Amino acid sequence: MPEMLELHRISKTFGAGTIDEKKAVEELSLTLAPGDFVTIIGGNGAGKSTLFNAVAGAFFVDAGRILLDGRDVTFQPEHRRANSIGRLFQDPLKGTAPHMTIEENLALAYLRTARTRSPFGTVGKKDRAFFREQLAALGLGLEDRLKSPVGLLSGGQRQALTLLMATIVTPKLLLLDEHTAALDPATAEKVLALTKRVVAERHITCMMITHNIHSALSLGNRTIMMDAGRIVLELSGEQRAGMTVDGLLDAFRARVGRRLDNDRILLSEAENA
Amino acid sequence: MSLLVLRGAVEQGLIYALVALGLHISYRTLDIADLTTDGTFTLGAAISAVYVVAGQPLLGVAMALLGGALAGFVTALLQTRLGVQPILAGIITMTALYSVNLAVMGKPNVNFLKESTVFTAAQEWLGEYGALFEAALVTGALCVLLALFLRTQLGLSLRATGDNRDMVAASSINPAFTTTVGLCLANALVALAGALLAQYQKFADNTMGTGMVVIGLASLIIGEVLFGHRARRSLVCGVAAAAVGAVVYRIIVATAIALHVDAKSMKLVSAVIVAAAIAAPALRDKLLFYQKRREASRNA
Repeated sequence: MPEMLELHRISKTFGAGTIDEKKAVEELSLTLAPGDFVTIIGGNGAGKSTLFNAVAGAFFVDAGRILLDGRDVTFQPEHRRANSIGRLFQDPLKGTAPHMTIEENLALAYLRTARTRSPFGTVGKKDRAFFREQLAALGLGLEDRLKSPVGLLSGGQRQALTLLMATIVTPKLLLLDEHTAALDPATAEKVLALTKRVVAERHITCMMITHNIHSALSLGNRTIMMDAGRIVLELSGEQRAGMTVDGLLDAFRARVGRRLDNDRILLSEAENA
Repeated sequence: MSLLVLRGAVEQGLIYALVALGLHISYRTLDIADLTTDGTFTLGAAISAVYVVAGQPLLGVAMALLGGALAGFVTALLQTRLGVQPILAGIITMTALYSVNLAVMGKPNVNFLKESTVFTAAQEWLGEYGALFEAALVTGALCVLLALFLRTQLGLSLRATGDNRDMVAASSINPAFTTTVGLCLANALVALAGALLAQYQKFADNTMGTGMVVIGLASLIIGEVLFGHRARRSLVCGVAAAAVGAVVYRIIVATAIALHVDAKSMKLVSAVIVAAAIAAPALRDKLLFYQKRREASRNA
């Protein structure tokens, strides 16, 4: 079976040649098989979001190649890659248009990726029934509010809607950038459970950045730790199944020679303790 | 005000409504204050006038549409591909159009009182109500088309571009493309308004577009005030509000002239309406804040 995502020694440097030069990602290679669900943790400025931006095409990498489902997308612009890459950000306001209704937001995601792709396509009765069914599956009561502007929804509802928009037509790859970090704990739990279900049901290849080491180890089938733009630790299979939070933190210190310095991870560990 | 004057105002309003529809696309939908509008309106009038003189009024309207779309394309190119700020891009195109318009007409103004225009046939058929009927038909049809367009995939993409820039690229929308489409459509409508107005009043002048963007915005805002929150919530109401606002604006102008208000001060009045309407939410918030603070100090 061909790989779903292949990153070959990709590098990205910001502010090259200035005193602020920052090698955000350095010669990073990573391969995801179809259906892989990789969780990513790392310190502040380890290059996690830069990695996502590189994969999504928010900028072009300085070196290296990116293959999505066997096709070279290294120089494909972001909006083209977005046809097959779904993406959720930490800020729930980033994924939806607030002055458009729930139905219009879904229609936008659906019409752009599905079926005919005619610029003059519109949603019909059947599509609307499909939207309602999909919204009902979220269990948030949104199926009766198709005509409500999205701006009236809570952060959790908006994030759930964004998840639905990103997956309404199954993407080849789903990028989740701490997509529950800005939600209150109960809502975060709910959105995370939803994510887990959608990804599993549709067998979506997925990468998730998280600051919660528990979720990092319990969700998905692989975990990578990043530091200074590189992958410093990769876990899967039995080795991952037997790993504890403390074990992971120790392993990080052993590899990198210092403690993990992500404020949020430390805070959330303090909460869990 | 006589019925004749009122009819004239409504006829003009229905034509100017196309400017408001254009700004509904560029200003309301895409969230770009497109100053190309002033130049494009005159461009439409100039092209239309030249073709009327050559005995081709309908072709003149078609060419004006094309010319307007091209002007919008230039502005879009400047701001999406060449990194010029949106406002400046519009000003640059508008300035260039001043010379282009003079070149198109060959002189500062063109009269064609005796030539037949796109309104001639309707006037022969329906007499004095011909122009009113035709303007209502064209504007009505374009309102329907615009409302339908905004529901399509491309229309939704345009609206998302103006509503949330952050989501756009991640939703596989190319903002450069949607901005270009929007500005071409908006300016085509504005040029159409200029083309029809020139043929309606049987002359074109190189300054007739001056202040058009402010007049268009005033119309848009008047319509939104009349329709209330529905104008923002419903597509159909939003489009209808723009058209109705333009007609009401012309009736206000006609009333002012009937009351012997100097016609020259109408642009000042428009400017005040636009500034006040756009400033209204900020002023209201300030007022509420002062009220709250006063109450708080009284209760302290």
